Parts: sequence; C-alpha cells; structure tokens
Amino acid sequence: MAFFILRRIGVMALTALCLTFVVFFLTNLAPNLEKLAKTQGNARMSDAEVVSWLDRNGYGGPLVVRYGEWLGVVPGWLREDPITGEWRGRCLARGQDPAEAARFCGLLQGDLGYSTVSATEVSSIIGGRLQLTGILMFWAFAVMVPSALLVGVLAGMREGSRTDRTLSTFSIASTATPEYVSGVIFIVLLASSQIGISPLLVEWGWLEGGTLFFGSARSAMDGVTFWNFTLPVMTIALYGMGYIARMTRASMAEVMMAQYIRTARLKGVKFSNIVMKHALRNALIAPFTVIMLQFPWLLNGVVIVETLFNYKGFGWTLVQAASNNDIELLLACSIVAVFVVLVTQLMSDIGYVFLNPRIRIS
Amino acid sequence: MEALSWSGDLGAFLNPVLMVAGLGFVAAFIANFMLTLVGLRPGEMVVNADHSLSLQRTPVDYTLMAMKYAVALFALGVLGYVIGGMILASPEQGGILGGMAARLTPVWLSLAALFAVSITFKRRLGLYGKLFDSPIGMIGFGLVMFWIFVAVFSGIIATHGPIDVISQMRNEVPGSPLPAPAEGQYAYYLLGGDNLGRDVFSRVIYGGFEVLKIAPLATLFAFMVGVTLGLPAGYYGGRLDTGITFVANLVLAFPVILLFYLLVTPEIVAAGIPNYLSMVLFVFPILFFSVLFNSRFRTDPPKRNLLVGGTVVIGGLAYLSLISNPSDPDLPMIFRLWPEVLDLFDIPGNLLIVFVSVVFVNSPTVFRIVRGIVLDIKTRDYVAAGQTRGEGPWYIMLWEILPNARGPLIVDFCLRIGYTTILLGTLGFFGLGVSPESPDWGSTINEGRRLLTIYPHPALPPALALMSLVLGLNLLADGLREESLKD
Repeated sequence: MAFFILRRIGVMALTALCLTFVVFFLTNLAPNLEKLAKTQGNARMSDAEVVSWLDRNGYGGPLVVRYGEWLGVVPGWLREDPITGEWRGRCLARGQDPAEAARFCGLLQGDLGYSTVSATEVSSIIGGRLQLTGILMFWAFAVMVPSALLVGVLAGMREGSRTDRTLSTFSIASTATPEYVSGVIFIVLLASSQIGISPLLVEWGWLEGGTLFFGSARSAMDGVTFWNFTLPVMTIALYGMGYIARMTRASMAEVMMAQYIRTARLKGVKFSNIVMKHALRNALIAPFTVIMLQFPWLLNGVVIVETLFNYKGFGWTLVQAASNNDIELLLACSIVAVFVVLVTQLMSDIGYVFLNPRIRIS
Repeated sequence: MEALSWSGDLGAFLNPVLMVAGLGFVAAFIANFMLTLVGLRPGEMVVNADHSLSLQRTPVDYTLMAMKYAVALFALGVLGYVIGGMILASPEQGGILGGMAARLTPVWLSLAALFAVSITFKRRLGLYGKLFDSPIGMIGFGLVMFWIFVAVFSGIIATHGPIDVISQMRNEVPGSPLPAPAEGQYAYYLLGGDNLGRDVFSRVIYGGFEVLKIAPLATLFAFMVGVTLGLPAGYYGGRLDTGITFVANLVLAFPVILLFYLLVTPEIVAAGIPNYLSMVLFVFPILFFSVLFNSRFRTDPPKRNLLVGGTVVIGGLAYLSLISNPSDPDLPMIFRLWPEVLDLFDIPGNLLIVFVSVVFVNSPTVFRIVRGIVLDIKTRDYVAAGQTRGEGPWYIMLWEILPNARGPLIVDFCLRIGYTTILLGTLGFFGLGVSPESPDWGSTINEGRRLLTIYPHPALPPALALMSLVLGLNLLADGLREESLKD
C-alpha cells in the first residue's frame, strides 16, 4: 500500500514537472516575449531594442535556465544595469542591496513572480482570487453531489422503471447543456427584465421592480446572498450533475443485480432497508472516483461561469492573464490548475483502493 | 409594415391546444406524484382462472394515461404549426413560428422521407434499423438528422446572408420588418437582429453548417489518432504502453480551457505551434490506412502494392497540401517547402488551428478507451486462435480486435461528436473561434451575452440550437448502446 502511494506520488511529481515545463515553454515563446517587451517598454521598439530589453529584464538566456530560475533550483538572475548602474535581479526588490537578497527565488521558495500587467506580486493576486473561487466551488459541490447521488440512486434502484427512464433522460439532458448554454437560459428566464419570470412577478406586484435573481455575480464578491449566487452555482452544478448521476445509476443498477441483494429480498427484507443498508454503501464506491475526477471539469466550468457572470475569481484571472499576455500570472494559474487536477487524481486512486473492500483486504 | 406576432393566424386555434396540453400534463404529473406518495401503485396484470389476462386500472394509471395524451396533443399542436406554416407560406399569416416552419420545408420533407424509408425497411438495416425500435434513439436520431439537413440546405433555408448587416435592424425584436426591403428580399428578421444588425435566424442556420463542418471530421481524426496509438499500446503493453499512456495523461491533466488558451492565442500561432501539431496529428490517418491494407493483403503483393501505394500517394498529397501553405510568408520555413503547383488546397489559418486543437484535446481520451477495450479483448479465445494460426500482430489488432470493438466505439463516437460541439462552442465563447464574424453558435452566444438581460433574443436561439444538437447526439448514443446490448 505504502509502495503504491509512493509510486503514485512519484509519477505525479514527474507529470507536474513535465506539465509546468510545457506551460513555461508555451508562455515564453519568442512572440510572447516580443509582445511583452513592446507592451512594457515601447510599442515601436526595433528588434535589437527588444532583444536588449529582454536581456536586461532577465528574459534572455536559454529557456531551461530560466525554467530553473522560475522553479527555484537555479540562482535567480542578477545584473547591473549598464545605463543607471543600479543592480536588478529576479529576487531583488527595487533598490535592494544584492548582498542581502536571497539567491534562489522560485516556485519551491514560494515566490510566484511578478505580474507585469497589474504590477503586483502574483501570490497576492492569486490568494484572494482562489478564495473567491473556493466559495463558488464549495456551493456548486454542495448542490451538485447530493442531488446527483439522489437522482442516480433513485434511477438505479429499479432499473428500467418509469422513474428510471425519466431521471435518466433528465441526466442525459443535463450533460448536453454546457455551462454557457444553461447560464444563458437561466439569465434569460430568471434574471432578465424583459422576458421570463421577473416581469411577470413585477406585474403581479410580488417584486419591487428589477429582477428576481441577479444576472451578474459581481456583488457576490463582497457578500454571498441567495439572489446573487444561485444562478452561477446552478449553472456549474447542472452540467456536472448528469454525469455523476449516470455513473451512480450504473453502479447502483449493478449492485441491485448482485446475489446478496437477491438473498436479502428473498429473506423478506423491506425494499427501503435493502436500498439504504445493503446496496447504497457498495454502490457509492464508483461514484466517489467520478466525483473526485469531476474537480478538473469543475475548473473548466468555473472559468466559463466566472466569465459569464463577471465573478472575479480564479477562472476570470486565468482568462485575463491569458489574453493580456501576463506570463507569470498565467504560469501561476496553470500551476494551481495542474495541482488541483493531479491531487484529485491521486485522491481518487487512493480513495478507490481504501473504499473497495475487495482490493483493501487482498 | 407591422411586426410579426409569434403565432400569426394559426395561434388563435393552436395556442389554446398547446396550452391545454401543457396544463393537462402538469396537472397529471402532480396528481401522479401525489398518488405515488400516498402509496398507490400502477395496476398489474392479473391472470384469470380461464387463462385470460386482465389489467386492473388504478388512479395512477389514469394519470399516466393523461400525461401520455397530453404529450401526444402537444406534439400534434407543434405539427400543426409546422404544416400550417408550410401551407400558409406567407409570414404575415403564419407568424414567426409559421414563417420558420415554412423556411424549413426542405428539412421537414427530407426528415419525413428518411424516417418513412428507414421504418419500412428497419428489419433489413442491421443496427441502424434497430435504432427505430427505441423511442429514445429515434428522437435522438431525428434531432441529429434535423441539424444535418439544416446544414445541407442552409443556403435555401436562411433568409439573409450570415454577415449581411442592416444597421437599422440593430437589436430589433423577433419578427421585425426590414425598413426598406428590396425586391425578392425576405421582408422580416424572423428571430430579430443582433447587436450589429444581422439576422439571428440566418446566423443560427449557417452556424449549424459551421459546426457540423468541423465537429464530425475532427472527431474522426481524433479516433484515427486514438485507435492507431491505442491498439499497439493495449496489445503489446510494456514500455510502449507506459510511454504513450504517460503522454496521454499529460494532455488529460491540462484543464481544457487553459490548453485552448495556450494553443490558440495569436502569439502561439505566430510561433507555428499548431502547424507542428497538425504535422504530427495528420500523419496518423495515412499510417492507419497503410497498415490496415498492408496487414490484410500482405500475401497478395499486387493488390497490396496498389492499395498501400494509393493510400500513400493520395494521402501524402492531401497531407502535404494540408499542412503547407507556401504563399503565407509568416509560417516557419518547413511549411513553405512544398511547391505551390502541387498545393491542392489551403485551409484558412484559424480553421486549421481550431481543428487541430480540438483533435489534440480529444485523442488522448479516445486512446484510453481503445486501450481499455483492447486489454479486454486480447484475452479472448479467437485472438489466441489467430496467434496460433500465425497471423501477424497488426492483422490481429486491425482485423480481429478492432471489428469486435466497434460497438462501444460507435457509441463513443456519437457522444464525442457532441462533446466536440461543446468544445467548439467553448472556443467561440471565449472569442477564440474560427473568426470573429463566423456565425458558429459559440461565437454568437459570446456576442449576445453582453446585452443578455436587455436583449435576450440574439443569444438564446444559438444556445438552444447547440443544446438540441448535443442532446440529440447523446440520446442517439444511448439508443445505440441499448439496442447493441440487446443481442
């Protein structure tokens, strides 16, 4: 068991290393750097000026060395500016004495670099944004998982019944509705002042002008309320729900066919008892894996929903960083995303082994 | 001219019908739910003493029956709109719904013909025919074929061009008349105008063409890549398997949106990364077919040489024309070496990039599925028999294992086209699509969402269109899976 976990962690570290290198390579291509030099320095720079700007700001030199600096295993660059005579470097705050600064400052030292667009430390931006996204994800999970499990168990306990067919069709429909479609439909139905429910409610005098729900979650960044957070949470939860529900249904249906369930039925155990006490625990092993693997998917959903609802969390930051060519911020976002994906994969692997008595005992 | 109403003259008669059907369904559903909660069950068959069967009806049965008839009535009402619209022809009488139904006439006729022929001969059509035994599969197939026919006839159906701008029609509501319609020009914007004054209805129709042009083909390429890599990985196992699986997991560990941003942004495109990717990915179909024919006809050299040679020459020519574009000076040297004369066709840069990134994102998943199936099938007896007969490994993979894996692969193919459609929509939604003017659904939703709460009509039709196509594909896959499991 320990060997299994160690091996998984080893593979995971290797994967993380490869992935970060790929992202680093793709964000540090020559055109990216040229654009960076022109936005930071002067839009009408000549090619030679671009090269010298890049060199002065630590973007020169071979890619592998810069990757090492960013990772924190190669000492950060340090140069004396030929014009002003000032010492500048990766680990140096402006005006700091080079002797006092740390030699290494990269990911391993917890230094994520400097965002060129917003002119602040990346770590200070990422922290707050992740917190906002964490709230969104928490609520999305809190809505999605219980309802998906309920739908799946109800559908799977009597395979082929009318309930099963209705709920299965519902889950298929929910997997066919990506976030940008359900979000648009929700906004039109519930948060538009022109059509949908809100004008009706205003007409009936149940609502004082405005709309029932808010079409933008900007106010949710200060305080989450039912009215500004329902739509984003529902939008994320709906797309993921169908998939988990279908997996739960398949697993539940399989368990209900098992011999021991038939034995219990023949002994005369009540159907509700069979479902609650005998079937449920075994049926929930497979969905656990799926729920864990749903995290990366949720990350996608978060990016779309945050863009659609103007909620300035992690996904919104990622989009902004990518479209503004904010290299270090984008790198940090990728690290977070890749980290979430790999950790959930690891947890789902280990969790599966722990939960499944057949593997655990052997 | 007056703006069109939604239902026109038909509404006076058909709206009450639809209303009754809807209310009846809701009432019956609530009644059914309550009765089940109270503990009533549907009636059961009872075997009488004289061996005849009788069905005892309970109130639950009556509510279910009411629901069934309500759905049937609703379907009839919708059919009434379609037929009414086709008969009345002029949009002033048929309203918006009737007008749209009239424009879609070729689609309705083709659908009716296709279903009539298929249902008549369904016993002779294999798995395809069996699809018509499952209502779910039939609905899914109907939705998919609807959009395919819309794409085929898009030039006839659309009322205006996809990028024709009439600036007075900016953000006009559905059914608005044109300010000064020219002779022969359709006088209304059936679903209103978008924020630039283009016809929403026509853009949704052309958008279907855009999406169906890319999604199935991209999925097919992803399958070629996945199958060509998954077969040997599963069959041989060992180092090869470990290596390819590791790379596949690398790609899968990227969140899709990050990957798209990394692949599609202008800087990355300027560095030629998507071109290198296409250079790698498009080799696989040629490889696949060469190995396929070679393993089958190895014992018959003339035929083998003809088929493999043909594949390599035709495929190679298409491949080189596809990846190289000598007239584009921005590309790296390697893509400009191929002579202009032999460059049969050029794919517009953005289209190629979108296509390649969608293939790239999809192929690792296909690889995993194929590998899993091969791991299962290679333990079967007929594979062992093939090995004892001295068949080569590639013959066993491509002509013994692959045909037996077709069931799950066909089902996954349908699902994956739907997923690819969603991916294309995502690209469009983030403004990374084929081109900013392109009428594909994702880009249209992206444009419409800015003013969504005030003008919902430009974003809603493409959203519903995308949903119905993906839903159709998912239902079709479900029906296929069910029917293929039956025997």
